[in-house]
Amino acid sequence: MTDAVAGGQARVAAAEGLPELATVWWRPRTDKSSIRRTERRWLAWTVAQTAPFLAVGALLVALKPLLIPMSLLAVAQAWIIAELYAARGAAVVRPRRLSGLAAGARKTAERTALGLLGDLLDHRSRALHDSTGLVLERGELGAWVLGEAGAILVPSGGRRAHCYCVKPTDAALPHADRVAHLLLALRADETGFATVANLAFCGARWRLRRRLDRSAREALDAAVEGSALRYA
Amino acid sequence: MSRLIRMDKTGHTTLAEWTAEDSDATDAAVAAFRAELDQGYYAVVSDADGNASHVRELPVDASLVILRRPIAGG
Repeated sequence: MTDAVAGGQARVAAAEGLPELATVWWRPRTDKSSIRRTERRWLAWTVAQTAPFLAVGALLVALKPLLIPMSLLAVAQAWIIAELYAARGAAVVRPRRLSGLAAGARKTAERTALGLLGDLLDHRSRALHDSTGLVLERGELGAWVLGEAGAILVPSGGRRAHCYCVKPTDAALPHADRVAHLLLALRADETGFATVANLAFCGARWRLRRRLDRSAREALDAAVEGSALRYA
Repeated sequence: MSRLIRMDKTGHTTLAEWTAEDSDATDAAVAAFRAELDQGYYAVVSDADGNASHVRELPVDASLVILRRPIAGG
């Protein structure tokens, strides 16, 4: 057993961060200040894209009240742009269709994977996963909602939401194993996890919430509650 | 009894079980651990407090060592 070592020494690798960081070496590591910068950048970008349509809407009414229908179309365009971004964010926690296994084998695999995921969760998170298929995890950056192919971060305050696309590279894994992959990576190195993941949306939490399905809304509300509790 | 498991398409597969006193079983676990790392898996130890850490050598005192695939931005 010369190659086996005691736990303390073996965990040295953790200090180096998530191994996957090597694949995105050009990205600066995400931290609380970069999270805030991202929020400001996305807000500025959204304003830059929607403000011209709002201005056109106002101008049309000012020029001729008869142009109100055209003005409303311009305002609608501004609204739709923001909604499309939010819809892209909501898609990160949408369940994926699995392939590669017969239905019976998939069910058995899912049961086995659920057992392991359940062992990693506390009672509350397990109950939330049972009802929503999503896992709630609190970290230093905020409260996370983990799906099988993405995650939502609700930073302190709970007003904004960051949606990340991130998934295991093995497409044949059962749903619960895919969530467990993200959970373990997040727990091992939260800022590294946020660095590896691709940002799909950053914006108002209420706007994202409107685009989520019912179970994902429940998970997001739990994250907001957790965020408020943690940072109150 | 410590376990080395690999998350895969079957849910998970137990690759090795060992106790610190059983050197043969530990050696087998180390060999299995190394083989999986060579295949591109990452090893994680998760504790009861909800913390996890990556390991590159088999921690014989850990009750559960989990092998996972890399993750990537989608």
